[in-house]
Amino acid sequence: MQILEGEKVTKYFGGLAAVSEVDFHVDQGEVVGLIGPNGAGKTTLFNLISAALTPKPGIIKYKGKNITRKKPYQICRLGIARTFQTVKIFGNMPVLQNVLAGSFFGTSPGMSSADAAREASESLEFVGLSALAAVPAGGLTLANQKRLEVARALATRPELLLLDELMAGLNQTEITESMELVKKISDKGITIIMIEHVMKAIMNACDRIIVLHHGEKIAEGTPQEISTSKKVIEVYLGEQTNARN
Amino acid sequence: MNITAFTFKKSLVPGLLLVILVALVTLPIYGSLYNVILVTSILMYTILTVSWALFSGSTGYMSLATAAFFGVGIYASAIFLPNTGAILPLLVVVVIGGLVSSLLALGIGALTLRLRGIYFAIFTFGFVVLILELGNWWEHAVTHTRGRFVMLVDNDVIFYIMLAIFVLSMLTTYLIRRSKFGLAMRTIGENEEAAAHTGINVTMVKVTTFAISAFFMGAAGVIWATKLTYIDPYVAFNPFFSFMPVLMAIFGGMGQIYGPVIGAALFAYLQETLQTEFPYYYMLIFGFVLIAAILYLPNGVIGLIQKLWRRFTGGKRANT
Repeated sequence: MQILEGEKVTKYFGGLAAVSEVDFHVDQGEVVGLIGPNGAGKTTLFNLISAALTPKPGIIKYKGKNITRKKPYQICRLGIARTFQTVKIFGNMPVLQNVLAGSFFGTSPGMSSADAAREASESLEFVGLSALAAVPAGGLTLANQKRLEVARALATRPELLLLDELMAGLNQTEITESMELVKKISDKGITIIMIEHVMKAIMNACDRIIVLHHGEKIAEGTPQEISTSKKVIEVYLGEQTNARN
Repeated sequence: MNITAFTFKKSLVPGLLLVILVALVTLPIYGSLYNVILVTSILMYTILTVSWALFSGSTGYMSLATAAFFGVGIYASAIFLPNTGAILPLLVVVVIGGLVSSLLALGIGALTLRLRGIYFAIFTFGFVVLILELGNWWEHAVTHTRGRFVMLVDNDVIFYIMLAIFVLSMLTTYLIRRSKFGLAMRTIGENEEAAAHTGINVTMVKVTTFAISAFFMGAAGVIWATKLTYIDPYVAFNPFFSFMPVLMAIFGGMGQIYGPVIGAALFAYLQETLQTEFPYYYMLIFGFVLIAAILYLPNGVIGLIQKLWRRFTGGKRANT
């Protein structure tokens, strides 16, 4: 079953087509990778799905329903959560409160304080930040801030999670941990779309990969197909030896 | 040892609050008329500052519209409580003044809260000027009056109503800050974009808080007008009342709920005393105090108190 569907999704910034007539779909339970060179329109596409921006023209459907005109908070309450390329945490608030906001206002608003607190603790536990619950979020390391964003997104109880460069700026150990985290989230039955430049992670984690270039979709397929596609190698991956890195 | 220290600390704050409240309620019995009037004006500034901080302190949107909401209350008072005889009971007018200010805030908020940072501050200030000029034009062209006289009200009554509005504004702030709604407000102040993507209806939260804070400003304006007895648009919509709450909140420190309260109380006291003691130099002295506070107390008076308290208790702990 298709959980998310885009038809001719387009977004212009002035005269520049940041995203141009992109058709895409995501099946329930899938892990889809979104790759492409810098400026290809990956984050713009995330912004369009999460309603930070509105496509013009184009239609985005979630579970068959048109969500193109929704507001960001409505998108979140429908079950689409996201993280950000540059982390956007509530820096002066304790880690637990960051996540608590997610459980209070996510897909099940009207939750009692006790339930929300339990939900938040579970999310923290899930990403491995329980020990840091009382620390102001701004004091965490980058890797942990990224985990916190994931915990906050998960606390909203999403069915679809958009991960924007979860592994950028992390070291090898942290990348491995992040890959495990993605696997764990997927095992919970949450559908994932991830933007990533770390090829090893993309190739391992994804069922399917979509490649953007200059706002257009230039390829789509299994990791195997993508890593051998001439066009993708030409515009993005470069030499095949690099692709295996 | 630890347990007694803990219960002592726990009962310290409510106990202190109770003592202050009792002292305030009984003030007209033991205090002089001057003191009652002085405390009334301190309470008025505190209400403005606390309700300003309720919205601006947590969401990070600096509003300079306080004078507009306060002035609307003052005008409600002049219209419904003229010196020729009250049209409506005093308490009803207090509520009306608050509600009209709230409605105005809803409108302004819906229009402008998409503006960020300095743009929002400038717009709200422009709104004060607009409503001031509009009032001027109306009084000249339509009603052909210069100003209005407001009914005389007993000083003790003014004091008690001001006190009641103060207590209500404090309670509201306290309850909101502890609630889920308060959490939403803080996330907006921290990172509005992330808040929106976490399922928070940011526009609704901002506009509602703006309206709640305007209610107390308007209500305070109504009762303040009865103390002034004569008002005109320049008195009612004096931009001074837009800046005072900001300065007082910064002076007190905005991190904690009691920061703006202590800031406003000290500041207003200082202002009133300087004004009586040094009528010609008071603004000058005031200016120096403010500059010193901003330079040397980055976290306000509260920050200083916390620092001293930590040094004090820290020293004690080191001995045990």
